[in-house]
Amino acid sequence: MTATQEPTARAEIGRDRRRKEDQRLITGRTRWTDNITLPGMLHLAMVRSPFPHARITGIETEAAKQSPNVVAVLTGADLGEAQGACINAWPVVPDQVTPAHVPMPSDRVAFAGETVAVVVARSAAEARDAAELVEVDYEELPAALELKESAEAHANGGALAHPDLGTNVSAVWRFDSAEAGTGGDVEAAIAEARENGIVIEREYRQQRLIPAFMEPRSTVVDPTGEQITVWSATQVPHILRFAMAATTGVPESKIRVIAPDVGGGFGGKLQQTPEEMITFAVARRLGKPVKYTETRSESLLAAHHGRDQWQRLTLAATKDGHVTGLKVDLLADLGAYVAIVGGGVPVLGAFMFNAIYKFPAYQFQTTNVLTNKTWTDAYRGAGRPEATFAIERLMDELAAELGKDPLEVREMNWIKHEEFPFTTVAGLEYDSGNYEAATARAKEMFGYDALRAEQAERRSRGDKVQLGIGVSTFTEMCGLAPSRVLGSLNYGAGGWEHAEVRMLATGKVEVVTGASAHGQGHETAFSQIVADRLGVPFEDIEVLHGDTQISHKGLDTYGSRSLVVGGEALVRAADKVIEKARPIAAHLLEASVDDLEFSAGRFAVKGTDQGMAITEIATAVFAAHNLPDGLEPSIDSEATFDPVNFNYPHGTHLCAVEVDTETGQVRLRSYACCDDIGNVINPLIVAGQVHGGLVQGIAQALWEEAVYDDNGTLVTGSFVDYLLPTAADTISFDLDHTTSPATTNSLGTKGVGEAGTIASTPAVVNAVVDALRPYGVHDVAMPCTPERVWRAINSGGSGGETTEAAAPHFDESEGAAQ
Amino acid sequence: MIPAAFEYVAPASVEEALAALAEHGDDAKIIAGGQSLLPVLRMRLNAPEWVIDLGRIASLRGVRDGGDHLAIGAMTTHHDVGQDPMVHEHALLISKAITHLADAQVRHRGTFGGALAHADPAGDLGAPALALDATFVVQGPGGTREIPAADFFVDLFETAISDDEILTEVRVPKYDGWGAAYEKFVRIAHQWPIVAVAATVRLEGDTIAEARIGLTNMGSTPVRARATEQMLAGQPATEEGVAAAAALAADGTTPPSDLNGDADYRRHLATVLTRRAVLAAAGRG
Amino acid sequence: MTRINLTVDGQRVADDVEPRMLLVQYLREKLGKTGTVVGCDTSNCGACTVHLDGRSVKSCNVLAVQADGGEVTTIEGLAGEDGQLHPVQEAFRECHGLQCGYCTPGMIMQTVDLLAENPSPSEEAIRLGLEGNLCRCTGYHNIVRAVQHAAGTTGAAEGASA
Repeated sequence: MTATQEPTARAEIGRDRRRKEDQRLITGRTRWTDNITLPGMLHLAMVRSPFPHARITGIETEAAKQSPNVVAVLTGADLGEAQGACINAWPVVPDQVTPAHVPMPSDRVAFAGETVAVVVARSAAEARDAAELVEVDYEELPAALELKESAEAHANGGALAHPDLGTNVSAVWRFDSAEAGTGGDVEAAIAEARENGIVIEREYRQQRLIPAFMEPRSTVVDPTGEQITVWSATQVPHILRFAMAATTGVPESKIRVIAPDVGGGFGGKLQQTPEEMITFAVARRLGKPVKYTETRSESLLAAHHGRDQWQRLTLAATKDGHVTGLKVDLLADLGAYVAIVGGGVPVLGAFMFNAIYKFPAYQFQTTNVLTNKTWTDAYRGAGRPEATFAIERLMDELAAELGKDPLEVREMNWIKHEEFPFTTVAGLEYDSGNYEAATARAKEMFGYDALRAEQAERRSRGDKVQLGIGVSTFTEMCGLAPSRVLGSLNYGAGGWEHAEVRMLATGKVEVVTGASAHGQGHETAFSQIVADRLGVPFEDIEVLHGDTQISHKGLDTYGSRSLVVGGEALVRAADKVIEKARPIAAHLLEASVDDLEFSAGRFAVKGTDQGMAITEIATAVFAAHNLPDGLEPSIDSEATFDPVNFNYPHGTHLCAVEVDTETGQVRLRSYACCDDIGNVINPLIVAGQVHGGLVQGIAQALWEEAVYDDNGTLVTGSFVDYLLPTAADTISFDLDHTTSPATTNSLGTKGVGEAGTIASTPAVVNAVVDALRPYGVHDVAMPCTPERVWRAINSGGSGGETTEAAAPHFDESEGAAQ
Repeated sequence: MIPAAFEYVAPASVEEALAALAEHGDDAKIIAGGQSLLPVLRMRLNAPEWVIDLGRIASLRGVRDGGDHLAIGAMTTHHDVGQDPMVHEHALLISKAITHLADAQVRHRGTFGGALAHADPAGDLGAPALALDATFVVQGPGGTREIPAADFFVDLFETAISDDEILTEVRVPKYDGWGAAYEKFVRIAHQWPIVAVAATVRLEGDTIAEARIGLTNMGSTPVRARATEQMLAGQPATEEGVAAAAALAADGTTPPSDLNGDADYRRHLATVLTRRAVLAAAGRG
Repeated sequence: MTRINLTVDGQRVADDVEPRMLLVQYLREKLGKTGTVVGCDTSNCGACTVHLDGRSVKSCNVLAVQADGGEVTTIEGLAGEDGQLHPVQEAFRECHGLQCGYCTPGMIMQTVDLLAENPSPSEEAIRLGLEGNLCRCTGYHNIVRAVQHAAGTTGAAEGASA
């Protein structure tokens, strides 16, 4: 018998536990994919196309093959079908136009940065040396680059991203509330508003962004065992294994994918990448372990990008400001291929443009367009930031039109807390929320009235530094996702998650989850859940994930799903452990099952001091000397949870900015937010998720933009020009929470991974525009660069597009650069 | 990414370095702190056959009082120059500019001479060196020669240093009692300046007696705002007194247009930043 | 090949290296010091920050041969021999100053340098002192708290009740 430990006195859920993960990470005992070295391991370097669209007319590899320590130089033709294919998991319409995506094409490249040959050498440096010697002959083809032009190319003879397809339009996906029976006719609402109300018509740009996780992607493939082992810096080891097997013919059971320590993802690592497929193919072909680690330049160039939409929006309202209709018409740039979620990203936004407001009529349409740019896919928020930006900007415009406070106009139109559960015009059922409470708290934290007074004062004295106040009252749908809903949307997989709880003989507990963390703190939060459920010490729980041989079943981490779907699976698995242990406890305690109570990790016989810890039962089961007849000697359990609904966190975010009207510089002054994410497992981790999300959303508003020149070259190809903010550019944030527990999972939790990013972008842009309204400004394009702001002040408009080349700080300098 | 292969030599003296330079000529690249050169090599924008490292030459390091000037060894790190009390006392403008230069790690490795010899017009040291009329001491096979700052910067990444010469020292005249400010305009902190203005002024009471102003990234080399300097002399150190002169700051400049701003925006920024820099230098900012 | 001798995390090492080998490569590939990582190729991100002769440097922007004769401290050499964490390491954990942890070695090494130069920095000085280190996860909020915590100038992290 093991010693019975005192049950944890304090509930783990809700406690600000310091993270289990950190000890390794702060001491450098990490296992990033690029850290993995195997005997005889070979290194890959990619030869990438400099042109956005070109026919490959010849590849001369001889010089590279002669380079020192080069083992092989392979082209798409050499690898052939063994390289498999990159899949699109979500054909959003039955007749979606989907170009074949060969990891390394042999005939034609469709974006600048696409791989055309791979060099294999004994060191990474030698592979790169030889890659410089590969000569590729290209015949340039007209490139589809500009999104609006590309959408019309089939009609006017413009450039086609894939000439064989005859069009750049991959899909047109539409939702109409009148057709769906969830609301009225939007055209009628707009017509009525034109006669007797207010119509706000705007066109907004969601600039192209780059996820820019800090760890560059890396893949190691070892083909020498019975299973081929793949280590990859991925968010989706399970999906990657499926896709590798499905497209190469290697049995799924012969592939083991491991996501070791993964340095951030933000959606950017939920892809099945060409680089992974090429590395896999090369390892199989050579029979040796191989590694490919990208450079940052390659990452910015070829890892999928995000956002990139034009949004044409029409909002109808009555004269007093009650909204009556919303029409959304999107153009979404998919880039050169339809990525794994790809065209589904704008569709994920389709249900959220109506947001927290009671629109009687709604229509959404997206036209998904192929271009000769880097492919796009999910980036933190995926579809929902775009929707939230649009509606929150429009609500501010409506308020300006009415001359009312933007919060007052929102309150007139939002769902009241007593109206939950509420079925929206987009057909979703919001389970819980309290927009009034979150807003009241946010206003209090922010000092809303005092800032408005300061704003008025600065305006009246014509201060060169103007104050702007931005509002964003957001909600989102997350926790991807009910499998039935995904099925109805043509998504290629389900949205369940799997968990397993293993009770070890020594009293320790192993928790296996199909979610795959890359910085979120699952090991800590999931330990807290299980510690409470089973009454075992937090420290005795080990969370295992990210290896398809250990966590054999899972759908990985994205879409703020790990806790609300994966966490619920874990609760159910833990509950099964208790139920399996109960008859054994009864047997060992010589009591009736009905007389047992389980609490704080212990089965007790009612009315007596007799009892037994669940960890003791685990030991007894290990010995299996004395079990009830017919019971298997195991209390280990697993569960697969499929949610019945999405999950709807919400919050009110308030941002104050100071705009230097002489230079156009925008500085963050203060930011307060009150989020309602239901019950909180670990407030420390939640706050961290919100902080990080806020800065990513703020960065879209102010700093980041992937810019291509007219030749289809990515100009922002390094961190010199793709501007991630630093500590010196950001501020400290004021956070708080209100709590409306979710009703669709037993923990009452809601997703938090994307909330900050979704909410913050419109809060910042609304603040910038708010500061400048006295100058006649009603929009500034993102990112709100100083130059754009200055131009908006001085010449109207929204500040123009980003053009020109990057400055050549690292250009080849002929001078005596010391 | 990894640089292309090269041969490496780390001479112990300037003479040895000059000999190595003479031997390898066009195939060689000099590395000082390497903070600009190494990214160039890593991205394989340049692939010299030889790299000559000046890092082992002790005589090139340190700040010396030269009487009427300070002599800053070319291999003195930005950090060491920035921390030097003599620089703070006699060439405050340089101290001010260095606090804005790159980041702490780069300042620990990057060198004063290396950055100036790299001659990136967006570099933070060119405008102060120009404004202060520094003198660049270079050593070649024929001995040393002195190049006035006005002649040193030739073009984008191009200086008056010949291929067979090495920058050994930068002499900065003393500007005791002058106020100074470096106004650097960036979108995010780790950027090169979109525009920056280096200003140093000597006050007599409330009047600006003399002003020296250098502009960063307003052309292919650092440039002086001479019209502004001339107009400032004798003006009161007030917003009104400075504004009209600052409005001339961009006259005659040919700033670049790039991702971070078109030329007209940069010209506008130069006037605003000049006004602010002069007022700050005068203690009125 | 060039012969180099240096001391890394208290251990004397000697190797023949290619002159083009970066210090970070040397640490990772030759010495197995994989706690130090590479995040970019333009010296913007600071993930590779180590101390060379007592000052923070970006080890992707130093050649191994340039470090010859020097003394290097990496994230793996920061804790005491008995495993006692450095106060800055402790503060990052205490204040949840990391999420994915990729930037963390560089952040911690730069913070140690920052506090050596300025033991009681203001929030502004902290933010400026870390301008050469990018983080994509934390929004910097709790990194700043961690530095303040290590400096003894403030309490705990956001969201923490203790």
